[in-house]
Amino acid sequence: MKNKTLNPYVAGALIGILLVLSVIVAGKYLGASTTFARGASVIEKAVGIDYSKFDYFTTKKGKYGPGSLPNWQLMYVIGIALGAFIASKVSGTFKAEVVPTMWKNKFGSSSLKRGIVAFIGGAIGLIGARLAGGCPTGHGLSGLSQLAISGFIALAFFVVGAAITARMLYRR
Amino acid sequence: MSLLYGLITGILFGLIMQRSGILKYEKQIGALRLIDMTVFKVMLSAIIVGAIGIYLFKDLGVIKLSLKGTSIGAQVIGGLIFGVGWGLLGYCPGIAAGALGEGHVDALWGIIGMLFGGAVYAIIYPFMKKYIISIGSFGKISLPQILGINHWIVIIVFSILMILLFRFFEKKGL
Repeated sequence: MKNKTLNPYVAGALIGILLVLSVIVAGKYLGASTTFARGASVIEKAVGIDYSKFDYFTTKKGKYGPGSLPNWQLMYVIGIALGAFIASKVSGTFKAEVVPTMWKNKFGSSSLKRGIVAFIGGAIGLIGARLAGGCPTGHGLSGLSQLAISGFIALAFFVVGAAITARMLYRR
Repeated sequence: MSLLYGLITGILFGLIMQRSGILKYEKQIGALRLIDMTVFKVMLSAIIVGAIGIYLFKDLGVIKLSLKGTSIGAQVIGGLIFGVGWGLLGYCPGIAAGALGEGHVDALWGIIGMLFGGAVYAIIYPFMKKYIISIGSFGKISLPQILGINHWIVIIVFSILMILLFRFFEKKGL
């Protein structure tokens, strides 16, 4: 199969159609960040931490707690990894990569360094997403497709914060 | 059935995203550095098509909206904090899952970080609820609602603005 990427506007249109179909067929808007909060509660429960002392994991009838999994969104997030894997394998574009090239060119090839920053970025990102009430998929794609004010505000500040951070990282 | 729908939807999402090439750190950070707008082209195209479809089927009575509540405090501060994380990791949550599927192992560290972040958020949640989320809390409002105009006008104007933006991107080779 040729390694030719899908036109971004076509890809976007397909994602938009996928969103609409998901709402029609399953009644589900797309989102991802909540799964990681729920995942944290599941891990806490598994290692014997009393997750129920955290309001967040018991509020709204345990919507964000361990009892809420497995659910649609968890399968959606797993599906994304699976779909990407299948598509990359079939197209011959799967490649195990520990440090991205753009990062390596600026910060070197240490996978530990990259791993630490990735971990910190993931942690800060998820904290921000749960505070905001969603990530680019939840607020940007699903929120803005519904013309939600929360979506406009969230996506604007996601991009502002990220652009400033990326600019600072890659300064000079 | 719901679990199966989720899995299938995710697989299709991952497939399209992988084929579009935006599961890469270079594409995500490239967009945030404003040197390669591919990620925004995908996202904004999805929103235009999504909005047309969502409101069409809402008008037909087939679907209902599911708006997230507006909270200036939560979306501004949470938004900026998320942004810092996105800029450091180079993937957002859904993209991180896809990036891992494409072979980018660093996404796994990001995912582990996200799980840790989930635990941290649960610890700070009471403070957030009391002091941040309550700032500028306006409920589940949409742009057509607050402007008091028909949603199709908003969708048409938004679509035109985005198409002009796309033309600018193409003209500048972004």
